[in-house]
Amino acid sequence: MAQTGIKLTNEPAAAKKETYFQKYIILRKHNVKVAWRKMKMSKNCYIFLAPFAILFTLFFVFPVVASIYFSFTYYNILEPPRFIGLNNYVSLLLEDDIFLIGIKNTLIIALVTGPLGYIMSFVFAWLINELPRWVRSVAVVVFYAPSIAGNCFVIFSVFFRGDAYGYVNAFLMNLGIIDNPILWFTNPQYMLPICMVVILWMSLGTGFLSFVAGLQGVDESQFEAGCIDGIRNRWQELWFITLPNMKPMLMFSAVMSITQAFGVCDVTMQLCGYPSTDYAARTIVTHLFDYGFSRFEMGYACAIATILFLMMILCNKAIQSLLRRVGT
Amino acid sequence: MMKKNKKAKVVEEKPYVKPLIRRRKPNRSIAGDVALYIFLALVAVVMVFPLVYAVSSALKPLDELFMFPPRIFARRPTMNNFSDLFVTMGKSWVTFSRYLFNTVFITAVGTAGHLIIASMAAFVLAKYDFPGGQTFFKLVTVAMMFTGYVTQIPNYMIINKLGWIDTYWAIIIPAFASPMGLFLMKQFMEGLPTALIEAAKIDGANEWLVFRKVVMPNVKPAWMTLIIFSVQGLWNNRASTFIYSEEKKTLVFALQQIQAGGIARTGQGAAVLVVVMIVPILIFVFSESQILETMASSGIKE
Repeated sequence: MAQTGIKLTNEPAAAKKETYFQKYIILRKHNVKVAWRKMKMSKNCYIFLAPFAILFTLFFVFPVVASIYFSFTYYNILEPPRFIGLNNYVSLLLEDDIFLIGIKNTLIIALVTGPLGYIMSFVFAWLINELPRWVRSVAVVVFYAPSIAGNCFVIFSVFFRGDAYGYVNAFLMNLGIIDNPILWFTNPQYMLPICMVVILWMSLGTGFLSFVAGLQGVDESQFEAGCIDGIRNRWQELWFITLPNMKPMLMFSAVMSITQAFGVCDVTMQLCGYPSTDYAARTIVTHLFDYGFSRFEMGYACAIATILFLMMILCNKAIQSLLRRVGT
Repeated sequence: MMKKNKKAKVVEEKPYVKPLIRRRKPNRSIAGDVALYIFLALVAVVMVFPLVYAVSSALKPLDELFMFPPRIFARRPTMNNFSDLFVTMGKSWVTFSRYLFNTVFITAVGTAGHLIIASMAAFVLAKYDFPGGQTFFKLVTVAMMFTGYVTQIPNYMIINKLGWIDTYWAIIIPAFASPMGLFLMKQFMEGLPTALIEAAKIDGANEWLVFRKVVMPNVKPAWMTLIIFSVQGLWNNRASTFIYSEEKKTLVFALQQIQAGGIARTGQGAAVLVVVMIVPILIFVFSESQILETMASSGIKE
């Protein structure tokens, strides 16, 4: 291919204009050839990658594409999908009141628990990092346990039971704050706040671990240097040394908390019931389950999934460009 | 003699007194440290209280469960609730041990497969440069950005086409390709010195041997991390969309049924809750330092 390179430079300027397109093709061909040869040489790599790549494509990439495709059709599994254009989206956004409740609830939950959980993860990881070693490892277990304990959050339904023997009700009645027991999980007024408390309780998850690990990895000598250069308290140390060092972890945890915040459904479904009173605890995912697996309107459900997908990806992109500015 | 003593007296220094509170870092105030400890202790109590309560109600005998006002700790702890799980539910159509077996089987097979497949892919992505590798990894990173719920419906159709509905494989096989595991493994393997692999190659090992004998033993901390995330996902899998037969359902599903059984089953419900939560927590407790070591390389770099 070196020959073509020489040819390219030797040609007169006039001819250059005419054959520009041809040259481009030659160049592309060359690139493809090089890539092909590289691929042949790294045949083993593809063999190693293949099992994961096939399963990943089958269960992650293809479903997203299929979901987008089905969202433009009417599909109920029994009949073949029928193309109906944007109708699903139109009826979702303009006619489906319950979906709008779902979007509203999801956004409320995401906007409260997402950032709050993220900040909590960082603050607690940072505070724990100040502790001596053995206390730290106990503290990490204590703070991380709720998020890893899986279904343990159903214990909250005992605390918030609706009758006078529910602990929270009994406590508030003894103090004289309320006269009658509150039906925490059937009164629309209280559902979302309690769900958010529970979600926050579980929010010190993977991102928190990443923060703890990242903080331990910050170079000690930077702190010493900072101390000599006049950093007086932990706040200054946080802003000038720790945060700029933690940028990759900040990104990773942001991804984790966004995914979690928008995908809320387990907590609301198990605590408030499915469907919940007046749909007050309905989220986008709950709506998706309702249409997908109860009514089998797959096309409609796929439209919901596509909207959720776009919301998450856009939110991630926005947060990432925001985080890129930390420390600059 | 006297002279010497006198001289010694002059030189004598103040004896070293160990400070009561040792300051670990020079630019920290002691008041701040104390406030920090108190604050963290309070939050820790709040965090751990529901878990402790779950464990203690699993240990309470029936009369103490409904005592009012409630006690946090059982006065006469019993294991009755746990044995009831096997005795009362042993007579039912699907025994409790069957639910337990289903969950253990799904978790064990899914985790093992995920560990092997994800490590293989992570190895080549981290250590070799080949066309398409970086693109593929970017795709995996994007896949971490949305929840699995988005793909539920097409997944259902695919699994239906494959004929895996109502088998364990419907849960196990998709878990093999969890993007999180690949991501963490790849980030951790990038820290592995390339010289190590090259040395093995010069000694005549092929890729598979390098992977098995050199790479895998060196990334043991990352194994634990993949295992804990995979176990966490599979152990708590309700699997209700894919599995219909009662005898193939999982522990979490049994938990919901017991809770639906009403107030008389409160003790057994709490016992199942303990079984459900104790396994991931124990794995985490025993592998904490290794997991933290892996998570240190978890960041998303640009």
